[in-house]
Amino acid sequence: MKKILFIEDEPSLQKAISEVLTQEGFKVLSAPDGEEGLKSAKAEDPDLILLDLILPKKDGFEVLKELKADEKMKDIPVIVLTNLEGVGDVEKALTLGAKTYLIKANYELEDVLKLVKEHLRK
Amino acid sequence: MDFKIILKKLDPVAECRKYGLGFWQCPNSLFLVMGIIIIVAMILTYFIGIHFVEPEMVIAIVSIVTIVLLTIGHSLVGSFARIAEANRMKSEFVSIVSHQLRTPLSALKWSLDLFRGKRLGAVNDKQKEYLDIINESSSKMIKLVNDLLNVTRIDQGRLVMQIKAFSIEDLIEEILKEMEMFAKGNNVEIRFKNNKKLPDVYADPDKIRMVIQNLIDNAIKYSRKEGGWVDIKVEKNEKMIKVNIKDNGLGIPEFLQKQVFGKFFRGDSLVRQKVEGTGLGLFIAKGFIKLSGGEIDFDSEEGKGSNFWFTLPIAKK
Repeated sequence: MKKILFIEDEPSLQKAISEVLTQEGFKVLSAPDGEEGLKSAKAEDPDLILLDLILPKKDGFEVLKELKADEKMKDIPVIVLTNLEGVGDVEKALTLGAKTYLIKANYELEDVLKLVKEHLRK
Repeated sequence: MDFKIILKKLDPVAECRKYGLGFWQCPNSLFLVMGIIIIVAMILTYFIGIHFVEPEMVIAIVSIVTIVLLTIGHSLVGSFARIAEANRMKSEFVSIVSHQLRTPLSALKWSLDLFRGKRLGAVNDKQKEYLDIINESSSKMIKLVNDLLNVTRIDQGRLVMQIKAFSIEDLIEEILKEMEMFAKGNNVEIRFKNNKKLPDVYADPDKIRMVIQNLIDNAIKYSRKEGGWVDIKVEKNEKMIKVNIKDNGLGIPEFLQKQVFGKFFRGDSLVRQKVEGTGLGLFIAKGFIKLSGGEIDFDSEEGKGSNFWFTLPIAKK
C-alpha cells in the first residue's frame, strides 16, 4: 500500500483529501504543521508528499528546503497544494524541488487524485 | 448639463477628493498654484529689475519665491506618496481578502466534489440537481476571487507569466470542446477549423486560455436569439499570430465602446436582462495580452455584431 503524507493545517481540506485517497487504496498520513510534517516524513518514509505552503511553526518553503537537503528524503516527490499565489511563489517552490504547484481552489478533488496517481507511477 | 461636465473637468481637486485629499494636498491644484506663482514672480522680477537696479533686491525676491516653491514642492511629493499608499492599501486589502476567501471556498468545493463523485454513497437525481446548484455557485465565487486577484496583480504590475511555446489552434480546439454545451444551450453555432499549419505562439497558455474563454463566452452571452454564430479565425502576420473572434450578436453601441476594456464594464444594459459576469473579464484580458507583448482590440456595430481580436508573438524556433 502506497503511503501519502498530506501536510495541511486546515482540517476540512485534510479530511476531504484523506477520504478520496483512502477510498482509492492509499494510506494517508496527516500533519497539521511544518514541524510535524518533517517528523512524519522522516519516520514514515512516504511515497509522495502533498504540501501546503502557509503552515504554522514551519512554512512549506522551509519544509521543502529541509526535505531536499536530507539524503534520505530528497527523492520523495512533493506536490505543492496551496492557495498562495504571490509573485515568485510558484518559481520558488519549483526551484526548491517541488514537482507541481496546484492552486487548491482551482482544482477538483478528482483532478488532484489523478495527479497523485500520475506522480506515483513515475 | 454639458457646462457642468466642463466645469467638473476644470475642477483640479475632483480626482483628489476620491482619496480624501484637500486643495493644499492635491497634486493637481498644487501644480496650478506653482505655475501661477512662477508666472507672477517672473513678471514681478522683471518690473522690479527695470525700476530698481539694486541686485540685492532681486536676489531677495528670487530667494523668497524659491523658498515658497520648495515648500509647495515638498507638500506635492507628500501628497503623491499618500495617493500611492492609498492605492497600495486598496490592492493589498483585495489581495488579503481574496486569499482568505480561497481556503473556505476550497473546503466547500472539495466537500461537494465528494458528494458529486459519489464517494459518500449514491446521490438521487433531486439531490444531484441541488448539489449542482451549490457547485455552480461555489465555482462562480472562486472565479470572482480569481478575477479580483488578477485585477490587483495587473494594477500593481505584479503579474507573473509562465511563458512557453504552444499551438494556439490546439488550445482553441480544446476550449471549444469544453464550451460546446454552453454554445448549444444558447443556440449559437461556433465555426472554427484547426488547420494545424501555423507556428507556435510564445505566451502563458493558462492566461491565454482565460482570454479566449472570456471572448467566446462574451460572444455567446451577447448573441442574438436565433441564427447566432461565432466565427474564429487564426492568421499569421509578419511576427505575430492574430486571433479573430467574430460574432453576429448584439454589438456594442458607440457610446459604450470606449469603456469596454475598463474595470467593471458590463454589457447588461444591452440585453435588458441579467447576464452573468463580474465585468472584469476584458480588463484582465487586456492586461494579459499586453504583458504577453501582444495587442487586443475590437470593431463593433450595434445590432450587427462584434469582432474581437488579439495578437501574440510567434515563438522562435
